[in-house]
Amino acid sequence: MNKDTNALKEEVIRISGANPLKCMRCGKCSATCPAYDEMEYHPHQFVNMIENGDIEPLMASDSLYKCLTCFACVERCPRGVEPAKLIEAVRLITVRQQGMNHLTADAVPALLDEDMPQQAIVSAFRKYTK
Amino acid sequence: MQRIGVFVCWCGTNIAGTVDVQAVSDALKHEPGVVFSDNYQYMCSQAGQNMIIDAVKEHRLTGIVVCSCSPRMHEATFRKTAAAAGLNPYMVEIANIREQCSWVHKDMATGTEKAIILGKAAIAKVNLNAPLTPGESPVTKRALVIGGGIAGIQTALDIADAGFPVDIVETKPTIGGKMAQLDKTFPTLDCAACILTPKMVDVAQHEKIRIFSYSEVESISGFVGNFDVKIKKRARFVKEDVCTGCGACVEKCPMKKVPNEFNLGMDNRRAIYIPFAQAVPKVATIDPNACNMLKNGKCGVCAKVCTAGAIDYKQKDEIIEEKYGAIVAATGFNPISMEKFDEFAYNQSKDVITSLEFERLTNAAGPTAGKLLRPSDGVHPHTIVFVQCVGSRCASCAEKGKEYCSKICCMYTAKHAMLTRDKYPDTEVYVFYIDVRTPGKSFDEFYRRAVEEYGVKYIKGMVGKVSPEGNKLKVQASDLLNNRQLHIDADLVVLAAAIEPDKSARPLATMLTASMDTNDFFTEAHPKLRPVESPTAGVFLSGACQGPKDIPETVSQASAAAAKVIGLLAKDKLTGNPCIANPDEWMCNGCSSCEKVCPYGAITYAEKEFRMPNRTTAIRRVAQVNPAVCQGCGACTVTCPSGAMDLRGFANSQIIAEVDAICK
Amino acid sequence: MQMKEHKPLIVAFCCNWCSYAGADLAGNNRLNYPADVKIIRVPCSCRVNPMFVLRAFQRGADGVILCGCHPGDCHYTSGNYYTRRRMALLFSMLDYLGIERERTRVEWVSAAEGAKFAATMNDFVETVTALGENKRLEDLRCKK
Repeated sequence: MNKDTNALKEEVIRISGANPLKCMRCGKCSATCPAYDEMEYHPHQFVNMIENGDIEPLMASDSLYKCLTCFACVERCPRGVEPAKLIEAVRLITVRQQGMNHLTADAVPALLDEDMPQQAIVSAFRKYTK
Repeated sequence: MQRIGVFVCWCGTNIAGTVDVQAVSDALKHEPGVVFSDNYQYMCSQAGQNMIIDAVKEHRLTGIVVCSCSPRMHEATFRKTAAAAGLNPYMVEIANIREQCSWVHKDMATGTEKAIILGKAAIAKVNLNAPLTPGESPVTKRALVIGGGIAGIQTALDIADAGFPVDIVETKPTIGGKMAQLDKTFPTLDCAACILTPKMVDVAQHEKIRIFSYSEVESISGFVGNFDVKIKKRARFVKEDVCTGCGACVEKCPMKKVPNEFNLGMDNRRAIYIPFAQAVPKVATIDPNACNMLKNGKCGVCAKVCTAGAIDYKQKDEIIEEKYGAIVAATGFNPISMEKFDEFAYNQSKDVITSLEFERLTNAAGPTAGKLLRPSDGVHPHTIVFVQCVGSRCASCAEKGKEYCSKICCMYTAKHAMLTRDKYPDTEVYVFYIDVRTPGKSFDEFYRRAVEEYGVKYIKGMVGKVSPEGNKLKVQASDLLNNRQLHIDADLVVLAAAIEPDKSARPLATMLTASMDTNDFFTEAHPKLRPVESPTAGVFLSGACQGPKDIPETVSQASAAAAKVIGLLAKDKLTGNPCIANPDEWMCNGCSSCEKVCPYGAITYAEKEFRMPNRTTAIRRVAQVNPAVCQGCGACTVTCPSGAMDLRGFANSQIIAEVDAICK
Repeated sequence: MQMKEHKPLIVAFCCNWCSYAGADLAGNNRLNYPADVKIIRVPCSCRVNPMFVLRAFQRGADGVILCGCHPGDCHYTSGNYYTRRRMALLFSMLDYLGIERERTRVEWVSAAEGAKFAATMNDFVETVTALGENKRLEDLRCKK
């Protein structure tokens, strides 16, 4: 693993607060994922690729935005790996690298939907402003 | 004042090579209390030992210091020598001048100087030694086995065969435990009942074994060799010695809708019942929560049909008091509750069952008479999904599952899958696994046969969700090797539930002062070398109460525990370690600090009458150490705020004398 | 002025089941450590009364080390946990009194760790030697 990919991996782990080494490769995250068929990389692959430092292919993949952030994988994972948080961290890194392409604070209220869960809103903002 | 003899050993050149032994024995000659000092080539040889014996007699020695190898090596030897010379064996101290002096230093001057200091420390200690006699306690030659499953049965049979009486206490109306509920056993596929029930009969007929079924342990006091146990025999409202087990009462009982716990609630029993045909003792029991006669006095059918006159509605719980020399915990296991695993829809569908329920469904004596039928509609299932590791290896969900591997599920699932394919080749059988763990004799071969000969579909992955739709169960799962998500329409889903220690184990451990791990499994005295003993003397562990185990392992552990019990009961008297805690009753203020730190429960409190000044008396609460239980660790001596507790053989004054001698 | 090289005096309390056996193993393997270390055998590290440690310093010891079984391996199940807590308190009090933290130590040495025992003693003696003589608690009345 070269220095750059290692730094990326550390960043993902730092942002997410999750530890991919806890994974025991049971695949329950992928078994539970409602967006599985839409994805190029599936939740269990995400965890494994982050563990191996293969972050760049993940950042380039569309799978990043197929994740609904429904947190079913976090709920069901028997080892507490929290795959959705890892995916969210990769998404964050990708977004940050895009520079100033963000929503402005003023634009937020108009886009708010009261019925939408908070996590979904934050996640959706990132998708729409890609 | 002591009369001490010092004996410096050369150990050939081992000591003499780096320590000037002559200088050492000369230097120690003038220490306080020393009346004799000499050196010899091999102190531990017969000639060396005779030299000690002669010196004791000639110089009327009261204490001995041997400057030689480690006390771990020859302390016992020299204690015997002292005893042979008519001295108390605990008047011997060893100065370790080999392992901790001559062997670690190269320079003669340094070695000699250190050897002298170590010798002085030992002399300072012996000066304060007092003769010690190990306590003796008698052994009650009877064992108690708590739990009547295969573990308890095997332990009891082995102990009884050695000639010692054994009592088994079982909470259920019959012995047999989990094994009695099983259909076949891996990897040989013997029928469980065929190998278990003869053993149950052996227990019933063994003249040395008494069975207290439908009973529980109420209290335990005492210590190794001398436990006092109260057993509560719950009222079963049937006279055990009169009932013939004919079953006429069961047939006529009008209360037909009581969930049958032996079949895990999958069918019903009567209010008066015999759990299963081969039950031991084969005696009926009335369920007081279901019986109309007991609840509101209306019925009495069973009493009318019983020709033997065994029914007794007025029966009361009975307390039996008995003394035991050894206690074996064999409380076993239970599958964990599946209530909290929403994703598997256990609560929503009757067709999602646990493996133990599957076991009853395939058992010829089970609710379907051995035909594999769906619990919901009684139709034969064509697609069956087995899910492994449900609640096992579950680190994130402490309130739901267990962090450990339950060990037996891989094998019984392979067995279930194989037997299903064998009996019903038209059935599709899927097993979702994380790892298949088959370490055991003929275990992996068995699992491979399920795959290769019987065509069970093993899929590496996990089931994420089960949703009942119509009369089908939609199973959503991952297939990790093919990197795809599977959707299976199943008729039956079987969950390999994790196993946990029985709930009765925790209160029992408290009564026994036996330690447990965070999962409520009993802790063994040493994980490798003393696996069937509890750290609490006289308490032994048998079967799954110590950790998940399959039947072969349980039986071998049960026999091992029996061997340990027999070893204990074969002794007429137990000789303790005399180096134990010793409270000064005048200094003790009864604060209970020592009681709390004692890992063995050796300390109790007693109200004692003391003669005070001015001819008055006072009742004071003081600590009492049980010499048979105390192991002499000394935790209490340091905890005691008033300094009343001391340790024989390692007294405060002795250790301080050593410190002083070293620091002089 | 020529200073005489200071030889420290180290008192080591070793539990009978692990550390004392570890020290024996160091001897069996002929692993050297300074003769300044004098070992006192106790049944369990929890037998060491803080009073013993204070007494050693009072009588001129330059360092005191306690060795016990590794956490979880105590022959008496839980003794070394008491040691750990008691000594943490005692050592911080000694530090307050001017006995440097480096002069006191609790170390876990198993019966198989002869090499660790020797290495620990070498390191401890070096550390204590560097600190020089301990005068803080020495009771001058003891000096004849």
